[in-house]
Amino acid sequence: MNKKNRLQLFDGSLPVEKITNAWYEEYKHSNYGAIITFVGVVRDEDGIQGLSFDIYEPILNSWFNAWQDKANASNAIVLMAHSRGDVFNHESSYIAAVCSPKRRIALELIDEFVEDFKQSAPIWKYDIINNERLYAQDRSTKIKGAGILS
Amino acid sequence: MVNVEFLGPIKKEPLQLEINNLNELSNVLKNDETLINWLESCAVAVNDILVSSKDVSLKDGDKVSLLPPVCGG
Repeated sequence: MNKKNRLQLFDGSLPVEKITNAWYEEYKHSNYGAIITFVGVVRDEDGIQGLSFDIYEPILNSWFNAWQDKANASNAIVLMAHSRGDVFNHESSYIAAVCSPKRRIALELIDEFVEDFKQSAPIWKYDIINNERLYAQDRSTKIKGAGILS
Repeated sequence: MVNVEFLGPIKKEPLQLEINNLNELSNVLKNDETLINWLESCAVAVNDILVSSKDVSLKDGDKVSLLPPVCGG
C-alpha cells in the first residue's frame, strides 16, 4: 500500500472489513506495536434514513498530509477512509487509524486525529429525511479563521 | 478573472470576477442576498490554501473557495 492510499474515499458506505483487514495485513509486518482503528457508524436517530456527504478533496488532502507529517514525527502513521454521497443507518462512513511503535502515542494520536478531523476536514454532512438531503448545520463547526469576508 | 466557488451546502454557481484582492471580494459578496447568512460562517481558501485575513491580493486565474461549517464522520 503506497502512501497515497493512506487516505481512501468511497462512493457510499465503507466496506469496513475489507479496509481494516487490508490495513492490518499491510502494517502488521512494519513492527508497529499498536494499531488502533476507529470506525464511525451512522446511528438511527431523529428519524433519519442515513447521512450524506460532500467532500472537497484538495483541502482534505493537504489537511491529511499535514497530519501524516505530524504522526511521522512520532514514528507513527495515520490512515483514513471516508464516504462520499449517501450512507444509510447502521453502515460506516468514516474510519480512522493510527499505527505506532508505542501504545501511548497511538492512543493520544487517535484522539487528536479524530477530533481535529471533526473540526477541520472539509466535509459537509446532510441528514437524509424523506429521501431529501438536509444540511446538518446545527452539528457543523466553523473552520478556524471563518468569517473574514463578513 | 478570479474564479470564486461555493462549496458544500451553499448551492451557488461559481462566479468569475474582476477583483484584485479579498477585500474587494468581500464587498461584492456582501451585496449578494443569497450569501447574507453564509459569509460570517465561511472559511476562505485561495488556490486551495486556507487564509486567515482579507489582506490577500489576487491575480488572473486565482481560485477562491468559500467553505461553510464542516462535519465529517
